[in-house]
Amino acid sequence: MKQASRPRPPRGASLWIGAALVGALLAAAAISFVWTPYPPAAIDIPHKFAPPSAAHWFGTDSLGRDVASQLLAGSRISILVGVVAVGIGLIFGVAFGLVAAFSRGVIEDAIMKASDFLFAFPALLSAIMLTSTYGPGVVNAIVAIGVYNAPVIAKLTRATANSVLAREYALAARAAGRGPLAIAFDHVLPNIAPSLIVQATIQFAIAILAEAALSYLGLGAQPPQASWGRMLAEAQNVLYNAPRLAVFPGVAIALSVLGLNLLGDGLRDALDPKLRARS
Amino acid sequence: MLLEVSDLTIEILTPTGAERVVNGGSFTLDEGESLGIVGESGSGKTMTSLALMGLTPENALVSGSIRFEGQELVGLGEEEMRALRGDRIAMVFQEPMTALNPLHRVGAQVAEPLILHRGMTKAAAGARAVELLEHVRLADPARAARSYPFMLSGGERQRAMIAMAIGCSPRLVIADEPTTALDVTVQARILELIDGLRAESRMALVLVSHDLAVIAGHCDRVVVMYAGAILESGPVEAVLTRPRNPYTRALLEARPRPGARRGDRLKTIPGSPPLHHEAAQGCPFSPRCPLAIEVCGRAPPPEIKFGSERMSRCHRARELDERS
Repeated sequence: MKQASRPRPPRGASLWIGAALVGALLAAAAISFVWTPYPPAAIDIPHKFAPPSAAHWFGTDSLGRDVASQLLAGSRISILVGVVAVGIGLIFGVAFGLVAAFSRGVIEDAIMKASDFLFAFPALLSAIMLTSTYGPGVVNAIVAIGVYNAPVIAKLTRATANSVLAREYALAARAAGRGPLAIAFDHVLPNIAPSLIVQATIQFAIAILAEAALSYLGLGAQPPQASWGRMLAEAQNVLYNAPRLAVFPGVAIALSVLGLNLLGDGLRDALDPKLRARS
Repeated sequence: MLLEVSDLTIEILTPTGAERVVNGGSFTLDEGESLGIVGESGSGKTMTSLALMGLTPENALVSGSIRFEGQELVGLGEEEMRALRGDRIAMVFQEPMTALNPLHRVGAQVAEPLILHRGMTKAAAGARAVELLEHVRLADPARAARSYPFMLSGGERQRAMIAMAIGCSPRLVIADEPTTALDVTVQARILELIDGLRAESRMALVLVSHDLAVIAGHCDRVVVMYAGAILESGPVEAVLTRPRNPYTRALLEARPRPGARRGDRLKTIPGSPPLHHEAAQGCPFSPRCPLAIEVCGRAPPPEIKFGSERMSRCHRARELDERS
C-alpha cells in the first residue's frame, strides 16, 4: 500500500504563488499611474549607466532614464495588451465557437476550417504581417495578438460546448421548449466557463510574451512609451557594458508569464470538480 | 385520437450511407391512455420517442406521419415544435443525474417551462415550482427547490424531472426508461407517482422500457420493437399472456422467474440483434427465430391483424394464434 512519494508542493500552492505574482504585476501597473520614482521617459545623460543605488534602485540606462520607473510604467502596456487581446479573443472565439457547436454541418466546418487557417500561421509571423501592413504601434500589436487568440478560444469553446450539448440536460432543455440562445447562455456558457477562464490566463501570458517580442522588434510600443520588450531591445546594444539592463525587463517578463501560468494551473485544479472530489 | 403515428421511418445518414433505425412504425394513443414501447437496446425505441418530440439528431431523416392533436409533426418548423415541447408534449429522461443541469437550482429548472410557455414572472413560476415539487411528493419541497441537483438523491431528482415535465399540464408525456437508473423500490414509487398524475389529469403516456414487468404493470397497450420494426402490438395483457409473435415469446421466456432453482440457466435468445438494419429482405428476427421457415428469410413479414386491436408482423402469426 505504501508508495514511494516525492515531496509535493501542497495543493493550491501554484494558485497562490500565481495569484501573488499576478497581483504584484497588477499592483505595479496601478502604482505607476500615480507614482514612479522618476518620470519614466526623463533623460539624464550625466547619470547614464548608473549602477543600482538608493537613488536609482535598478540603475539607469544608456540615456540616464531610471530603470525602475520604466519597469513600472512598462507593466501597463503588458497588461493593456493582455487584457484587450484576450478580450478580443474571447469575444470572437466564444461567439464563433458557440455558433459552430450549435449549427453543425457546413457552418461548423467553415468556422473550424477558418480557425485552423488562422491557427496555422505562427502568431508572431501574423503579428509582424499585420503591423508591417498597418504600421507599428500598440493598437496594431493588440489586434494582431487578439486575432491569434480568437481561433484558440473558438476551438476550445466548440469542443467543450459540444460535450455539454451531448449531455442529457441540454436535450432536456430542448425538450422543455427552450431555444438555442437560451440554452447557450443558461446551460452551455456556465458549464464551459471554467475551461475558458483557465485558457484565458494562459493566453494572457502568451499575449505578454508576444507584446514583448513585437516591441523588441520595434513593431509594438514606440518610444517614448515604456515597454519591457523595447527595454530589452535597447539593452541589447549595450549588452557588454551593462548586462543588467537586459536582466531586469527579462526577469519582469519571466515572472509575469510564470505567474499567469501558475495561476492558470491553480485555477484548473480549483475549478475541476473531478480533481476537487479526489482530494 | 390524441396521437396517430403511421409509417414512421427514421434513417440515420452516415458517411457510409443511410441506416434505417425505425422502419415503418405505426401506433395510436388516445387521451389518458398509456402505451409501452418495449425492445432491446438498438431496437429504435428511443429514436421513436425522440421523433415524437422532434428531437432526433441532425443527421436523422424522419418520414411518415406523426399527428398530435390533429397537427402533423413531421416536417413541422423548429419554432412551432418548440412551442409544443414542454407545453403540450413533455419528456422525462432516463438519467436523473445528468438530465438536470448541475449549475442551476432545482426550483429554477422546474420553473423554466412555466416562464417560457405560460409567461409567468420568475417569482410566480418559482412559487408554482414549489407546488409542483410538493405535488410529486418530495418530502420538503421548499428545500428541494433551493437545492442543486447533486444535493438530491436519484429518486428525488427523478421526481423533480417529473415536476418539470408536468408543469404546463401536457397532454402527452414521454418517459424514456424513467426508472432504469433507480433502485427497485424507488422505481415502484416513481411509477406509482406517474400513474397517479395520469389518473388525475388524463394525460397520455408513452413509456419506453426494456423491462416487461414495468410495461405490464403500468401500460394499457404495448408495442414490441425489434431492429427498428414493430413486431407486435396490442393490449398489454393479451400480448404478454398470449404472444402472437415468436420474438415477444422469446422475450417473455428470457425473463428471470421467481422460484427458479439454483443452477437453472436463464433462458436467452441465441444470437444478437442485427447491427445494421439495411433493408433486410426478410424478417429481421428470422436469423434468431426458433420457428423460422424458408419464407422468413426471403420476404418481409406481413402485418397480420387480430381483431381491431392486435397486430403481429410474422409469417406464422396465425399458427401461433391457433397454438395458444
